[in-house]
Amino acid sequence: MTKVMMSRRLFLSSATLAGGGLLMGFGATAKEAQAASANMTQYVAISSDGKVTIRAKNPEIGQGIKTSLPMIVAEEMDIDWTQVKVVTAPVNEKLYGGQIAGGSTSIPTNYEPMRRAGAAVRFMLLQAAAVKLSAPVEALEVVSGVVHHRASGKQAHYGELAQAASELTVPDPASVTLKDPKDFKIIGTSQGGVDSARVLAGEPVFGIDTLIPGMKYALYRKPPVFGAKFLSGNLDAIRALPGITQVFVLKGTGNIQGLQDGVAIVADKWWQAKTAADQLEVQWDEAIGKGHDTETYRTQADTLLKGTGESLQSKGKAADVLANAATVVSARYEVPFIPHLALEPQNCTAKATSEQIEIWAPTQAPGWGIRLLAKELNVPENKITVHMTRVGGGFGRRLENDYMVEAAAISQKAGVPIKLLWTREDDLAYDFFRPGNLHDLKAAIDDQGRLSAYTAHGVTYGRDGKPSAGANISPHAFASGVVEHFELRQSVIETTIPTGYLRAPSSNALAFVHECFLDEIAHALKKDPLAFRLELVDAQLASGAPQSSDSRNPYDFRRIKEILETLRTRSGWADFKASDGIGLGVATYFSHRGYFAEVAKVKVAPDGSWRVLQVWAVGDVGSVIINPFGAYNQVEGSIIDGIGQLKQCITFENGRAVQTNLHEVPLMRMSDTPKIDTHFILSDNPPTGLGEPALPPVLPAVCNAIFAATGVRIRTLPIEESLLARPS
Amino acid sequence: MISLKINGKPHTLDLPEDMPVLWVLRDELGLTGTKFGCGIAQCGACTVHIDGVPVRSCVTPLSVAEGTEITTLEGVSETAAGQALLKVWAEDDVMQCGYCQSGQIMAATALLMENPAPTDADIDMAMDGNICRCATYTRIRAGIKRAAGLSPADTREA
Repeated sequence: MTKVMMSRRLFLSSATLAGGGLLMGFGATAKEAQAASANMTQYVAISSDGKVTIRAKNPEIGQGIKTSLPMIVAEEMDIDWTQVKVVTAPVNEKLYGGQIAGGSTSIPTNYEPMRRAGAAVRFMLLQAAAVKLSAPVEALEVVSGVVHHRASGKQAHYGELAQAASELTVPDPASVTLKDPKDFKIIGTSQGGVDSARVLAGEPVFGIDTLIPGMKYALYRKPPVFGAKFLSGNLDAIRALPGITQVFVLKGTGNIQGLQDGVAIVADKWWQAKTAADQLEVQWDEAIGKGHDTETYRTQADTLLKGTGESLQSKGKAADVLANAATVVSARYEVPFIPHLALEPQNCTAKATSEQIEIWAPTQAPGWGIRLLAKELNVPENKITVHMTRVGGGFGRRLENDYMVEAAAISQKAGVPIKLLWTREDDLAYDFFRPGNLHDLKAAIDDQGRLSAYTAHGVTYGRDGKPSAGANISPHAFASGVVEHFELRQSVIETTIPTGYLRAPSSNALAFVHECFLDEIAHALKKDPLAFRLELVDAQLASGAPQSSDSRNPYDFRRIKEILETLRTRSGWADFKASDGIGLGVATYFSHRGYFAEVAKVKVAPDGSWRVLQVWAVGDVGSVIINPFGAYNQVEGSIIDGIGQLKQCITFENGRAVQTNLHEVPLMRMSDTPKIDTHFILSDNPPTGLGEPALPPVLPAVCNAIFAATGVRIRTLPIEESLLARPS
Repeated sequence: MISLKINGKPHTLDLPEDMPVLWVLRDELGLTGTKFGCGIAQCGACTVHIDGVPVRSCVTPLSVAEGTEITTLEGVSETAAGQALLKVWAEDDVMQCGYCQSGQIMAATALLMENPAPTDADIDMAMDGNICRCATYTRIRAGIKRAAGLSPADTREA
């Protein structure tokens, strides 16, 4: 049997001790095959005293999913939330489906399955109750995990029924009856995080806190230039330093997401490894990075923007309409590369041999990690176990599992379990950056004063002519849905820099580009920017086309209209009078299945320094907010995160990142934080995720507010304060 | 040999004098509540009290702590301010990922010990050294005020 099975048995026996007899298990051994196909009892265990343990399947990165998914299961079981203990599920995607924290997908893809899992368990318990209480199922009622037969006055709690229920056949999840949402008692209530008490007690819940027997500490020093190769180094001198047990070179595999060339330093304690690493002198072959500079990239972009690029999306005759337009508005927008900087530095604990690998990692994508390890280190997937720890921030960085490969490779070669911990400098030098991009935009205004055509040519980054991870110029521009003639074109700069997904990937850059340009168009037309957006939406609704033709990204103008109208009221948009240095800006964006519109109020000082005073956000993420505590936290965090992105920039010189630590990359702090007013429209749509969609609109809302306050149009990020200074 | 008290308990440590207090706490003593964030005193995740004063333990060598009393998250509930903050932090579910919250609570405790009724400007000043990458700042601000028995309303210009 594999490690996975052993650890599951271990869990079951310990649960037995703690709960006074485990009766309905997590589908161990014989039942596991059945559970895998039925996809349900792997979530719930009930002890004889009625305590319910629910497994949380997805990584907890601060988005609150370890609390919200079990809340959904508990709701359909008709138990009290206080009866529930939540534990992290083992990583087993055959049993649990995708176990990932990314793309704001956890709620939309798990809401109904979690409800059905809870309802199936309730169904089985009721079958058992019918026998025990000698009453038909239809005559039974469940309150707080106790089954009542009112006619006879008899009752039984779930703990008394679990043994018998666990022997029943698991029903087809599709066949079970779900609650009417109006009867929800847990969903929609604010619940604290299930691990908050442990975090506040300082318990070792994060990846960095992992401690396993016989463990050494490791640091892995890679070249400062991406893709550079090891030539030579003072390894013997490093081996002689205090506490150092091993120093060796690992050769990279050539996979940018996997193992890079580097020097592993293994020590009794991490501080010893760090002290030694500071004395490490290595010669790297850095030729691969030559010419990969921010300035060179800009020159390449200028050249590419003179060409036509590749067409990504086209409708109507945009070029012809532009050529004959009464007025053309045009602008170039530019966003830089920016980092993730999750506060917990990358780390991973590994116990690995050439035969099998066991990992403890703060990761957003443990299943991807298993597949990457198998490929990079040639160990079969069924010999690899990954344990999910709590994650000290993800933001998309931990969708990559490069640290897992490093930790496993070091443990394999060192012959001992190790905890790999990166420094903050390692984290910044080896980020998978949100790639920059540049855009030439043109809008045609016809002789009736209407927006008639819109074109965008974007330059992004990639390899072999294709955009790399996180570099897609996806066609989510609001304008793409509301303009008759539209064209989107793309050109790609070849880069050696690793790129990846940063919270609301693509949208975090494109919302700024397109929603600021739409603001420019509104001003060119001398229209109120919020009214202008509503006018465009109304025209679409009047034409009977509420949704876009893109089935993967349904764009519902009714939902946009409602959030914009609500936002106009809540923000006091109509009554606001711009005064010296203070302005309001608006933007809306659809991403990750969620609709958000936001107004920012910004104050710009005479010296050009600026501060967001307040943000109003109105969102539509479906019919129900699972856990308002978490939901408001996600919206507020997204908004503040987005404002921070207006200040950040990573530049490159010969293939290396110039900025090295937090003193060179501004992050949002307490005094930078605006007041935030968040409002959810509960629409007649399935619930969707909240990790990302509130972020994109805030960037353009702030820049549009800066224009309203100063008359200066921000077209390049980060915002250059000197451009905003005005004569006193 | 360095002698000091940590969370009220005396310790005599045979460790290098230049070893940062952060790594003494985490890797030598198993006090994992104190976190490593940047290593250059820019993020505040490693904040502890030395004789009641908030310091960044990642850049504080052990020699500086000789003869002092260190308080970490694990011991902060022994102070009235720390206890009040922990209670509010749990009730209001301040955290998202929670990684920075140890440092936030240590900084906020030091603030309330010195200033039991902080203004918003006082809170900005005391807390600006502590980054919350998830950006739970509105809840941290309100939480500090609630723990101090003040109205949680944000009184800054808006």
